[in-house]
Amino acid sequence: MKKIKVVLAKPGLDGHDQGAKVVARAMMDAGFEVIYTGLRQTPEAIARIALDEDADVVALSSMAGSHLPVCRKLRPLLEQAGLSDKLWIIGGNLPERDHAELRALGFKGIFPSSSRLEDIVNYIRANAS
Amino acid sequence: MKPKDLPKEVRPVVNESGIEVKPLYTAADVAASGGEALIGAPGEYPFTRGIHALMYRKQPFTMRQYTGFGNAADTNKRFHYLIANGQTGLNVAFDLPTQCGLDSDDPLADGEVGRVGMAVDTLRDFEIAFDGVDLERITVSLTINGAAAVLIAMYLAMAEKRGYDLGKLRGTAQNDILKEFIGRGTWVYPVQPSIRLVGDTIEYCARHAPKYSPVSVCGYHIRESGADPAQEMAYAFCIARAYADEVIRRGLPVDEFAGRLSFNFNCFGSIFEQVAKFRAGRSLWAKIMKDQYGATKPGSMWVRMIAGGGGGGLTYEQPELNIVRGAYYALICALAGTQTMALCCYDEAYTIPSEYAQRISLRTMQMLIEEMGLADTADPLGGSYYVETLTNQMRARMEAIMAEVDAQGGIVKLVAEGTIQAKVSAQAYRRQRDIEEGRFRKVGVNCYRTEDKTPQMEFHPYRDDDARAQCEALDRMRAERDGPRVQAALARVEADARSGANLMPAIMEAVKAYASVGEITKVLVGVFGRFREPVRF
Repeated sequence: MKKIKVVLAKPGLDGHDQGAKVVARAMMDAGFEVIYTGLRQTPEAIARIALDEDADVVALSSMAGSHLPVCRKLRPLLEQAGLSDKLWIIGGNLPERDHAELRALGFKGIFPSSSRLEDIVNYIRANAS
Repeated sequence: MKPKDLPKEVRPVVNESGIEVKPLYTAADVAASGGEALIGAPGEYPFTRGIHALMYRKQPFTMRQYTGFGNAADTNKRFHYLIANGQTGLNVAFDLPTQCGLDSDDPLADGEVGRVGMAVDTLRDFEIAFDGVDLERITVSLTINGAAAVLIAMYLAMAEKRGYDLGKLRGTAQNDILKEFIGRGTWVYPVQPSIRLVGDTIEYCARHAPKYSPVSVCGYHIRESGADPAQEMAYAFCIARAYADEVIRRGLPVDEFAGRLSFNFNCFGSIFEQVAKFRAGRSLWAKIMKDQYGATKPGSMWVRMIAGGGGGGLTYEQPELNIVRGAYYALICALAGTQTMALCCYDEAYTIPSEYAQRISLRTMQMLIEEMGLADTADPLGGSYYVETLTNQMRARMEAIMAEVDAQGGIVKLVAEGTIQAKVSAQAYRRQRDIEEGRFRKVGVNCYRTEDKTPQMEFHPYRDDDARAQCEALDRMRAERDGPRVQAALARVEADARSGANLMPAIMEAVKAYASVGEITKVLVGVFGRFREPVRF
């Protein structure tokens, strides 16, 4: 079976990458192939990397509150890149009141701080094509 | 007593720094761990018990909550609120565009202006932010790194404009770029020019603002990224040595700048391990400065520090328990003899702190001084068999870690290639697994959970209008200022960046001409390039 391929990105200027790196390791231990982009990725760069890497999953980590503006910009770019059928997920400091909009923007998996690694991995396994 | 000698019903305990903890300590343990050779008295070398003889009896720790949001006017209001409530210093939070050297109207700043701190574009923002603040009575700490040279220049220029004597001006800038590459991530330039800029600020301040602390070396964020307490302090000292080496290479004698180096440490974890960490660190740094650098002034050997933050120990679950954790953090820092306390707030796992949460933290610190007797005597845990033994053991661990860094080529190399980042992130992953699998206990997370609904958090509002107003103010400033003066100043910044001259005089001139953070940074990026992150984890 083909390995699930995840592009894990840190959008915007947020420099808190401990969580993203921890999740990246958990995904690798689960047998996924993980492309971690590093910090300061623009929406354009994330869409391009996801396309170039033929990702099954586009995962974002956002800790500094700019998740909504980032996802609003990223959605049309992912759609234009033909990645609408891929699994889009986001984790980090995501207040509950923003979850409905994130979901409406296409980010189906939402993993706020305190989410368990196991739950993230299981969700991807169940939902990534 | 070795673990195998423990009675069967007693489970072995190993602290986070890897030191076996015994059920009981006696004088024999102190002797076996190295004795009392490095204890001494408060105010005397090697300062294990504190850097001042009278410690808090003479002056309690400064209280300096991390604050800043929106624009300079919003932040100025919060500053005055905190000062009116008895806060004795300010600790300024900047938004991410400012921290990354971008103007508010930069496309990359979109959605981030004023979000996690105050937006700063030009000197005008500093003039507004500190309006009405007595800079002699209230010392100001700037949490700025990648853009530190520019913001230090703005602070000095603002103070000078208001008539303060730079020769007497106190204050601190974080300005620790090496830790920024390890965790936190607000770097701009590659490693070498970044260190040069830190050197420029230290050298400039030593000559022109000798009471100003241009660098606060942070073990804090390295710990947040996954380091254990001994590594936290050992890596911070390696970084502090790298900056000292850069300045000494330029010919500045150690006693002319080392007294203005300061430190920022984390405090979550075991109370005794933490207190021992601070005591051990003080004596180790004193020894390093005296023996390796030939410092002769006591001030050059001091670990002057800010502590009280411990985000990594706070929990998202049952957030009200973070008020209690914060109180223990404050206790740890007071027992450890910190000079300044910036206590984390209970809502920090969710948002930047509300005014209400800030006040609880401030009152917590005040309670220690006013009600709990923490300011009555220096180093109250001194002489405890346990704490003295642990202090000796922690010092030995830190020395071993520093020796390992040196053997591998030094901290600058290890940070530039991402080795430290990979090491601490591997540890962070192990810790997370330990928490999820119940091996490392966190109350409310993997034990004593509750199904009760989490209390509603007051989220800090983000207003798009504020960002627009900030951009409009920048536009107006660009139209009003003396354009040719700005261009000449920026040309000098570029020339000095190329020639290797100390950049601070040129940056001072540029900020006084109301050149923006983004404009100055762009010129420097043109010469130095940008840091390319070694993505290793």
